[in-house]
Amino acid sequence: MLAPEPVIFELSRPGRTTPAQQPPAAAAALPEQFRRRQPAALPEVSELQVVRHYTRLSQLNYSIDTRFYPLGSCTMKYNPKVCNALALLPGFLARHPLAPAATGQGLLACLFELQELLAAVTGMAGVSLTPMAGAQGEFAGVAMIRAYHRARGDHARNEILVPDAAHGTNPATATMCGMKVRELASRPDGDLDLDALDAALSPATAGIMLTNPSTLGVFERNIVEVARRVHAAGGLLYYDGANLNAILGRVRPGDMGFDVIHVNLHKTFSTPHGGGGPGAGAVGVGERLLPFLPVPIVGRDGGCYRWLDERDLPQSIGRLSAFMGNTGILLRAWVYLRILGAAGLRRVAEYSTLNANYLLARLTEAGFEPACSGRRASHEFIVTLRRQARELGVTAMDFAKRLLDYGYHAPTTYFPLLVPECLLIEPTETETREELDGFVEALAAIQREAATDPELVRGAPHSLPVRRLDDVRAARQLDLAWRPAAR
Amino acid sequence: MPYIPHTSDDLRAMLERIGVRSLDELFDEIPAGLGVDQLPGIPPALSEMEVTRLAGERAAADGQPLNFIGAGAYEHHVPAPVWALVSRGEFYSAYTPYQAEASQGTLQVMYEFQSMIAALTGLDAANASLYDGASALAEACLMAVRAHRRSRAARILVPRTVHPTWRRVARAITEGQGLVLEELPCDPQTGTTPAAALAAQAGTDVTAVVIQQPNFFGQLEDVDALARQARALGALVIAAVNPVALAVLKPPGEWGDDGADIACGEGQPLGIPLSGGGPYLGFMATRIEHVRQMPGRIAGRTVDRDGRPGFTLTLQAREQHIRRGKATSNICTNQGLLMTAATIHLALLGPTGLQRVAEACMARSQELVAALAAQTGVRLLFSGPRFHEAALAFEAPVAPVLEVLAAQGIVGGFDLAGDYPELGQALLVCATETRTSADIARYARALGSLLERTRAA
Repeated sequence: MLAPEPVIFELSRPGRTTPAQQPPAAAAALPEQFRRRQPAALPEVSELQVVRHYTRLSQLNYSIDTRFYPLGSCTMKYNPKVCNALALLPGFLARHPLAPAATGQGLLACLFELQELLAAVTGMAGVSLTPMAGAQGEFAGVAMIRAYHRARGDHARNEILVPDAAHGTNPATATMCGMKVRELASRPDGDLDLDALDAALSPATAGIMLTNPSTLGVFERNIVEVARRVHAAGGLLYYDGANLNAILGRVRPGDMGFDVIHVNLHKTFSTPHGGGGPGAGAVGVGERLLPFLPVPIVGRDGGCYRWLDERDLPQSIGRLSAFMGNTGILLRAWVYLRILGAAGLRRVAEYSTLNANYLLARLTEAGFEPACSGRRASHEFIVTLRRQARELGVTAMDFAKRLLDYGYHAPTTYFPLLVPECLLIEPTETETREELDGFVEALAAIQREAATDPELVRGAPHSLPVRRLDDVRAARQLDLAWRPAAR
Repeated sequence: MPYIPHTSDDLRAMLERIGVRSLDELFDEIPAGLGVDQLPGIPPALSEMEVTRLAGERAAADGQPLNFIGAGAYEHHVPAPVWALVSRGEFYSAYTPYQAEASQGTLQVMYEFQSMIAALTGLDAANASLYDGASALAEACLMAVRAHRRSRAARILVPRTVHPTWRRVARAITEGQGLVLEELPCDPQTGTTPAAALAAQAGTDVTAVVIQQPNFFGQLEDVDALARQARALGALVIAAVNPVALAVLKPPGEWGDDGADIACGEGQPLGIPLSGGGPYLGFMATRIEHVRQMPGRIAGRTVDRDGRPGFTLTLQAREQHIRRGKATSNICTNQGLLMTAATIHLALLGPTGLQRVAEACMARSQELVAALAAQTGVRLLFSGPRFHEAALAFEAPVAPVLEVLAAQGIVGGFDLAGDYPELGQALLVCATETRTSADIARYARALGSLLERTRAA
């Protein structure tokens, strides 16, 4: 077990320096009124102290590079090293975003190809790469739906339908776009309730946001009918790409009837999660939303690439970032797509689905209850621990924390909200059968512990740098920034 | 099979355990007729060696021109340890730290980052990143509307001297919620925002005033006078700041009589390469009374069951995964890895190092302006103190000049004609600590002979 690490400020001693510091420069002095009076309270430490401190901190993390990380809806697959290495080539790294396009044809070629590749994978007519995360992609999508209705003079459409199992960003996005949210119930088998859909559709319907396969880990079998009814009511369909990994190269959202989609490149296309970003949430659209795509987009005139901006797309919803989204992340996704090719993309869906269904089969044999029994798992699935919680008083959270002691990152817990005591498990295609078997054995062992020694499970984790943290205290006695101890 | 470890034995055994005959059977719930057998438009796979060759050729073709553009993205020296540490798989391939016990590394980095941003801005609390400076300004405007108890107008005054793209982004992101962003004029002599423009708003409902320091032209705004005027209007003050400049400039927490309410900005100058436009790092800080209105992740220090100190995500009741449609923002994934880079960068520089970078930027920029303004047909556009950028007026049209310079491997600056036609032929230039006297002399020589040829023609 690793020892806790002091806060960097506690290592500070006045006058300590690193080679990163420049020699003093003689500039014309600033007038007094603009000047900072006290130096900012930053730490003064040596380079070795910095290296050791942050290396040790990194070692306190679970990560894909060190552990199986079956976090449902997050697609924690291996992030190939080559993607990072090539995005850091000096010619790409040194490029100023506002430098003339003539000096960046290599980078623009990669981005243009990525637009084309994503359009082909999703079955969409056009792609903009600018959104900087899934939530910003969602924002772009709903803003485009809104702009589309307004451009037609259809100002009454101010409602977005969202299934109750949806990711929290869906309703939050609709609100950010000034839309009202209407929740739709799912049926126990995981499909959308078509009667509830009919009851919700109205002349106020701007659109519906769906994830398919859904957050319940099953394919929405009525999708074609859902699309027909929403379109007939004058609404548009938004595809949340969180679960695109499950269907790559097998079904395209465009063919299902979706009008707009965002793709989480940090999930499906293996760019890193970085401890909470950067992501990239490229958006794809069908023909009728093309004029509204966010700018900039890479265009090609003859053999030359250039940025398309507001002058090229006067109806665009505008800009969402200061420059060009998370460009370096886009480069990583481009490398990944080129290495996989068409056959490799299809294998992603096949083997992630294989791993999920194998895990589901083995866990069911081990006595765990699937949330959607009788359904085929997609690339992820849910088990509910309601029986264990009721009979043994050991919750899904307890199982999750105990898994950490066994060396596995926990699955997603308590999401989707409508399944009690649930674990949402997504193994991804990059894990071996041995790794999956080890995980099943760990969960089975915890289940035995829950029966024989429930306190052991309720008190977990026991082998990490800290035990369960006091969240209530964290929120009530706010300590959000280091301050020197009072003397 | 790239990145897929299954052997044919694995495949057979796993299908058998599931009880299906083929991989295709796993997709039998997808309605017939909906699926595709192939993906037209996707080229065949390349090997790692082939893609390395292709990317290498493209990156090399882009070269590494000598850069004199800032305009919101700045070339600084990035010490070697920064990306050596950030690239560690334990940082690079971890998720958002929802499982706190297994994410103490990321959580503590967040806490240290928040502490450093609070120290730089002179405010109480910071979040652990937003996407970039432009979207951080948009979020700051939305936050101000939530935080202002009495204002009903959702009306934000934004000077024309604020980064033009940031203003566009703020508009695009806040428009759906009905915010009104109104422009404040720019003084043509100083390139700054006259406090009188704010005084003229007396008696109207103003929710917040944005003040960018240094502003888009690199000029220093009279932040004290503007903050006092904003306060007199009953408005909140949103500071948009450059974190390197904060080493030498008065922090937002000290502006006017009682400081700004919200500070936001672009963290890219803190150890993050230009990289064609991203990924960068939005940051935000505020006074403690507004902290529950702040968007984004926040880490807090607490104790575990045994009383040992530890870190966890806190104030999560603000966020989309808890509050759904009533959250402060839809932001989820943010810029964790860049936040890590900025934290390590600031730890390496310390207070003295950051101050020296800021002073070197000012010195290099002053040298650059002197060298360029010495050329016939070029003059400094605005008077008054600046940080590391300057607007120059040209007698010749700027765009063709930039094209010729680019062909000589010099990226000469940002043409202001598109965003500020009222300035005529004007160029925004920047020099940071990375530009040497030789670099500056090379630019001045190239520009001088180019302008001379233009005059002769």
